[in-house]
Amino acid sequence: MIPLSWYLMFAALLFCVGLYGVLARRNAIGILMGVELMLNAVNINLLAFWSYLYAMRLNGLVFVAIVFVAAAAEAAVGLALIISAYRRRNTVIVEELSLLKG
Amino acid sequence: MTIEALIWLIPLPPVLAFFLIAVFTFRNRKLSHTLAVGSAALSWAASMIVFYQAVLTPELSEHPFVSQIDWLPLGQGWFRIGVQIDPLAAVTLFFVAWTVLMIFIYSIGYHNYGQPVGEQDRPGLQPHGASVTGEDGKVRRVPSVEPMYARFFAFIALFAFGMYALVVTDNLLTLYMAWEIMGLCSYLLIGFWYGKPSARDAAVKAFLTTRVGDMFMLLGLAALYWLTGTLNYRLILSNSVVLKQLAEAASPVLGLSWAGLVGLLIFFGTVGKSAQFPLHVWLPDAMEGPTPVSAMIHAATMVSAGVYLVLRFFPLISAGWMPGDALTPTLMVMATIGAFSALFAASIALAQRDIKRVLAYSTISQLAYMITALGVGAYVAAAFHLVTHAFFKALLFLDSGSVIHGMEHGALHTGEHIDPQDMFNMGGLGKKMPITFWTFLIGGLALSGFPLVTAGFWSKDEILSGALNSGYVVVFGVLAFSAFLTAFYTARQITLTFLGNPRTGSAEHACESKLVMTLPLVVLAFFAVTVGWVGIPENFPILGGLFPNWFEHFVSGMLLEHGKGGLVGHSPLPLIISLIVAPLGLLLGWWVYRAVPAGTVDPLQSVIGPVYTLLKNKYYIDELYHQMFVRPAIWLADVFTVQWVDRGVIDGVVDGTGRLGLWLGRAFSRYFDIPVITGTGDTVAFGTRRLGTNLKWIQSGRVQQYMILTVAAIVILGGVLYFLLA
Repeated sequence: MIPLSWYLMFAALLFCVGLYGVLARRNAIGILMGVELMLNAVNINLLAFWSYLYAMRLNGLVFVAIVFVAAAAEAAVGLALIISAYRRRNTVIVEELSLLKG
Repeated sequence: MTIEALIWLIPLPPVLAFFLIAVFTFRNRKLSHTLAVGSAALSWAASMIVFYQAVLTPELSEHPFVSQIDWLPLGQGWFRIGVQIDPLAAVTLFFVAWTVLMIFIYSIGYHNYGQPVGEQDRPGLQPHGASVTGEDGKVRRVPSVEPMYARFFAFIALFAFGMYALVVTDNLLTLYMAWEIMGLCSYLLIGFWYGKPSARDAAVKAFLTTRVGDMFMLLGLAALYWLTGTLNYRLILSNSVVLKQLAEAASPVLGLSWAGLVGLLIFFGTVGKSAQFPLHVWLPDAMEGPTPVSAMIHAATMVSAGVYLVLRFFPLISAGWMPGDALTPTLMVMATIGAFSALFAASIALAQRDIKRVLAYSTISQLAYMITALGVGAYVAAAFHLVTHAFFKALLFLDSGSVIHGMEHGALHTGEHIDPQDMFNMGGLGKKMPITFWTFLIGGLALSGFPLVTAGFWSKDEILSGALNSGYVVVFGVLAFSAFLTAFYTARQITLTFLGNPRTGSAEHACESKLVMTLPLVVLAFFAVTVGWVGIPENFPILGGLFPNWFEHFVSGMLLEHGKGGLVGHSPLPLIISLIVAPLGLLLGWWVYRAVPAGTVDPLQSVIGPVYTLLKNKYYIDELYHQMFVRPAIWLADVFTVQWVDRGVIDGVVDGTGRLGLWLGRAFSRYFDIPVITGTGDTVAFGTRRLGTNLKWIQSGRVQQYMILTVAAIVILGGVLYFLLA
């Protein structure tokens, strides 16, 4: 059986890839995709711990399913926002959308 | 209804009328005067019934009509007040009722009821007259109605209430209350035309001057209550034991007996109210009020109330004195002040030009006769003169009002601006105003004591004979000379006003007053003649005994011991003197003034020269009082109180407190508020701001930089937590 730490390392790697995408990509859609990756890394962690520690109960699976539903909804809202921003400002590059400064 | 209940009701209608007019009907002239005159008529009717019953009752002085109720609860028992009609109250009620009713009726005409409202008339000023366009299209000036018509009737109704209450009451306390109500009303009525500064001043002067006398009277009242435990007339004045005790107990003041001291204090109240020297100054100035008020105050009610008071308290004042004895100090003071005032006022009246002022001084003089008569013990003569004087003086005042009215009418017609009260602007009014002239003549003759036909003769003759028969030759001489002066100035007044030729256009165009004014004149003239017949002395040559001397029989019962048997000794001298002086004075007065052309000085002035100036200026008493009392009072108020006490001491304290507070405030501000509170607040605010300014660059607007910061923070925090927890 694959040890738990492998899953955890994989999830951390995936999280770092997502994080890098979020921090490095200039395209807003790319950032959104990075966020999805980080979310999935967390899901993997959750599933891994569930499977090794509490496999006899269904709680973990149900949680993950709910997180997916919430993530899908969130991605839809994020995409809608990006489309709206594009329509107004004709760009999806986040450096050009720097209105939130003091 | 019993007679006692009726007596209670006598003062009631006027006070009801006062409240009704003041509260409800003051907008309606007709309703107001109907209420006032109606109330006076009711009181008059009740008074007449009471008087009639009183006259029919034998031994009224021993058994007066009396009714009492419990009024004020005291520590033990009650203070009882009530009504009492004895002979003195009955005769007073008689003349008060008649004169009040006549004055009320007369006032309707005097205040021009039914005339149009003047265009320029303002409340608080005399009516100026109104312009009326006649049927022929011409504009004429006619008298205008008084702007505060209803107010006048409200006030005199209250005044009448005061007088009725004063007459029917049976104790000194309620008398004092009624007395003060009249004081208030006289203030209100003298200052009725309050828009005139002179009227305002006169009102204040009258109020303050009479208040001086009232203060003494209140002291007397308090002393009397302390001494006897009661203020009821019968318990004190008809009780020889009490009187004897009071007469024998020595008071702490000037060696007077208590009776003498209390009598003197009460007499000072009279000095104020009846305007005797030295408190006479208010009465001539009181002529600023409307003429019916002058008649009301100076004849029928207020000044009479003063004499009524000393008549009422004569048993106390004269306690311990018998006819023929030497006068007690109190009586001596009364006789002296009376005789002096009589001569003093009569002499001033010689040089006055204002028709009402002459009458005012003659009032002082005539009241002084009564006081003198009391001072020498001639009680009945004083009471008699009080009654006759009330009638002929009310008549004379109302007549003078009618004259002034006629003159104002003439002045409106001609458009002249003259003083309608100055006798030197009149002349020849006898032909224009016949009723006024004849009634004035009757009143004037009564005032000067024209022999046999007038009331004034009989009463004055009694006073003169009382003075001489009691042995006071000086008093007699002064009074006789005053009588001569009285006749002289009366003749002067009549001649200047009614005889000769008109001296101005206004006098030329004067016209007789309306019936509502002349009718009261005729009624009062009737009494000015006939009242004297009820008191003809029985020992009078020829006429004596034709009519019984009803008055003396009726009134003399008021005295316990003395005065009952009449006066000691009878000399024909006073009779001869009074027969001579009055016609002589009248004749001389007529002769001097029979033909005074317009615009000349008083003929008397060329004869007596500087004395005339002295008389004209009333012996400079007003100026003297101004220097002695008014200026010190103003100094006290203005310099001492305002500048020193108020601005110096009180303002100093206030200002000092203010300055202390200001200094404290500054100190707090400088050493606590600014450094501590403001400092803390500012540091917090500025610190926050500086922090914000310095950290502003973090807010770059780039999402990814925020993200890096977040991640870095998480890593650092995570590292810290890890090391701390591990």
